[in-house]
Amino acid sequence: MEYGLALILLATVVVVVVAMPFRRPGQAEAHEDVVRAQLEAAKEAKYREIRDAELDHRMGKLSERDWREVDRELRGEAIEILRQLDRLE
Amino acid sequence: MAGVGSACLAVGLLTALYAAGASLYGARAGGPAWVTSGRRAIYATAGLMIAAVAILQSAFLRSDFHYAIVAEGSSTDTPTFYKAAAMWATQDGSLLLWAFLLSLFSSAVLFLTRRSLREIAPYATAVLGVVAAFFLLLMVAWENPFNTLAHPPAEGAGLNPLLRHPAMMIHPPMLYTGYVGFAIPFAFCVGALITRNTGADWIRATRRFALIAWTFLGTGIMLGALWSYTELGWGGYWAWDPVENASLMPWLLGTALLHSIMVQEKRGMLRIWNASLVCATFVFALIGTFLVRSGILDSIHAFGASTIGTQFLVFIGIVVAFSVVLVLSRLPDLRSEARLDSLLSRESFFLLNNLVLVGLALVIMWGTFFPLISEALTGQKASVGPPWFDRLTVPLALVLVLLSGIGPVLAWRRVTLSGLRRVLVAPLVFTLVALVALLALTNASDSPASLAMFCFVAFVLSSVAQEFLRGAAARRVATGEPWPRALLRLAGRNRRRYGGYLVHAGIAVLFLGVAASSAFHDQRDVRLSPGQTFHTGDYALTYRKPTAKLGGDRAGTGAPISLGAVLDVRKGKQRFTLHPSRNYYPTQDPTQGVIGRYFNGEANSEVDVRWGLKRDFWLAIRPDIGSLQKPIAEANRRFPTASSDVQALVIAALTERYRKNPPPAAFRAIVSPLVLWIWIGGAIAVLGALIAVWPAPEARLRRVRSLYAAKLGRELSRA
Repeated sequence: MEYGLALILLATVVVVVVAMPFRRPGQAEAHEDVVRAQLEAAKEAKYREIRDAELDHRMGKLSERDWREVDRELRGEAIEILRQLDRLE
Repeated sequence: MAGVGSACLAVGLLTALYAAGASLYGARAGGPAWVTSGRRAIYATAGLMIAAVAILQSAFLRSDFHYAIVAEGSSTDTPTFYKAAAMWATQDGSLLLWAFLLSLFSSAVLFLTRRSLREIAPYATAVLGVVAAFFLLLMVAWENPFNTLAHPPAEGAGLNPLLRHPAMMIHPPMLYTGYVGFAIPFAFCVGALITRNTGADWIRATRRFALIAWTFLGTGIMLGALWSYTELGWGGYWAWDPVENASLMPWLLGTALLHSIMVQEKRGMLRIWNASLVCATFVFALIGTFLVRSGILDSIHAFGASTIGTQFLVFIGIVVAFSVVLVLSRLPDLRSEARLDSLLSRESFFLLNNLVLVGLALVIMWGTFFPLISEALTGQKASVGPPWFDRLTVPLALVLVLLSGIGPVLAWRRVTLSGLRRVLVAPLVFTLVALVALLALTNASDSPASLAMFCFVAFVLSSVAQEFLRGAAARRVATGEPWPRALLRLAGRNRRRYGGYLVHAGIAVLFLGVAASSAFHDQRDVRLSPGQTFHTGDYALTYRKPTAKLGGDRAGTGAPISLGAVLDVRKGKQRFTLHPSRNYYPTQDPTQGVIGRYFNGEANSEVDVRWGLKRDFWLAIRPDIGSLQKPIAEANRRFPTASSDVQALVIAALTERYRKNPPPAAFRAIVSPLVLWIWIGGAIAVLGALIAVWPAPEARLRRVRSLYAAKLGRELSRA
């Protein structure tokens, strides 16, 4: 008896929770927002790589020539991400 | 409330299956409402699991023996502290813990990725739903923790005495959190492979979860070792036991994974390797749970035989087959974006460290499953012992420690020879000085492997220290900050990098403790009567007097009888007292009699350890209660229906008899150098991992700004 009642009650609560997106479909994230979030994450990661390479250079791990090459490559990739972000605006 | 608990599991099973189905349908048919609904179903499953755990914990705390699980795993005299931990001492309770933790982790990651990974997340939701459904199915169909007894006993069997230890309170949840955590990268990896989005997006979203899982699993392993050292009474912390190995294998693979995903994140390389490693780590996490619960291998940690071994094997088989097919079918999408620029680069050393870590895991796997392999091939169960493991794992561990010192000093992509010389000189000089000091001042040369480990530890610590100092110096040049602030700001702004270095230092310190304590410990087993003295190492021990306590044992485990000893220890001018004891817990076996059941049930050692930074003094006692068996039998015969008050009086008389006329007791004394550093190193590693996993303040700020920018952009486009 207790099991049956609990089963019905809990199942009803779950149905209400999972059915909500069908009643308010506007809540779904816009595709642009999703892409923007991914690009922002990629931008953060690229910035971190640039900072890491600069720190490695300042600590003497990367020679001046290697650092300039790596830095140029990373900044190029960062600019590409920024361009994609700009296109979303 | 047991019916409500069972209903939580049944509805949870249906909800998890719905989450998988709705997410897959939403992903295939392009219905975002279905995807959102699937995600919400995972949240709902978490809610149901929270309710189920709350109901069960309440039953344990109330000692409600209507619940079979409470009657089997707890008792009214079990201390409250241990009643709360009794849930995961049982098979059905630990399955509930798995499902509970998995639903929480899944909800957290799906909430955090709700605005990203639009293509991958639905498939990840489906995988997480299926894994949750498997564990819920096990409980609903075979091992329901809410099963009730028609005739509840007046008293429960009590928690296994071996588990009455503070470390055991948190060891299983830590291990399970680790196992469960590795389901997250697995689920997202599957999603990435199915949708052919094999870049670094899914790694960026789940890397933190992998690190959290690794930290919890590592902490669980360290606590397990502490429990073994202070509770099991044999004096060691690692026995290469199958269940210990089962937790170490996914941890080793997880360590490899945390390094190799960095290579994919930064260079777009090792994609096939990473996908395989993610799947393998999760499979080994399942195997870890399976080994503890299946009872197929003999282990001091496997508590009770299982009824769900076959189901586990089938599920693991499905996960392995699915993973292999998926990775093989996506090989063209997993090609690397770049090649190794140079063998002298951080990524090439990461690759090397991955090979060593995976090699270690394979060696341990072979040794762990050897009894099953030998039984299958020869019909006889043979096992390999600790010497076999030591012979194969020590060289690999040495290489691993050495690599953990070289990795941090190398830059990504390439390092010139002159650059390499510059960063290696100081650590090598320090290592050389350490070698000379060890040879001149200690007997470390008696064990070449330990000597090599000490030197490599010196190398790792000096290279990590150099990294901090060089980084702070570079920061000082740019900012003019004083040293302490420069160091703090450096680590604060580069948490991932410097947290990782701290982990390396912690692991090196841990290996220092392992090498010293395993090669140079001094162990003696003796039988002594009160007044007698024996020597071990530089210590002299005198058995001053026996002790006998009724209730209120020193460790507060709720043991009704505790027999022990007081020993005076001397070393030069240093003097201290140790109080080892052995606790006796009553058995429900009626053949032992009303009095005998208190003495002849389970017993376990309460070791006394004098902790020290230089060395530990570890002492255990095994009292001889053989002389009490005759009076116990007599008491059983004379008081077969005695009330509990009379029983208490008889037991008090018997223990007093032991205290006044003690037979010789067996003692094990161990002097172990630097063993405390194992746990200090572990704590340093955990601290480093916490620093690495914590988001930098700037990153948090930027994330908030980007969210506002996105919102602003949306509103402007609508205007």
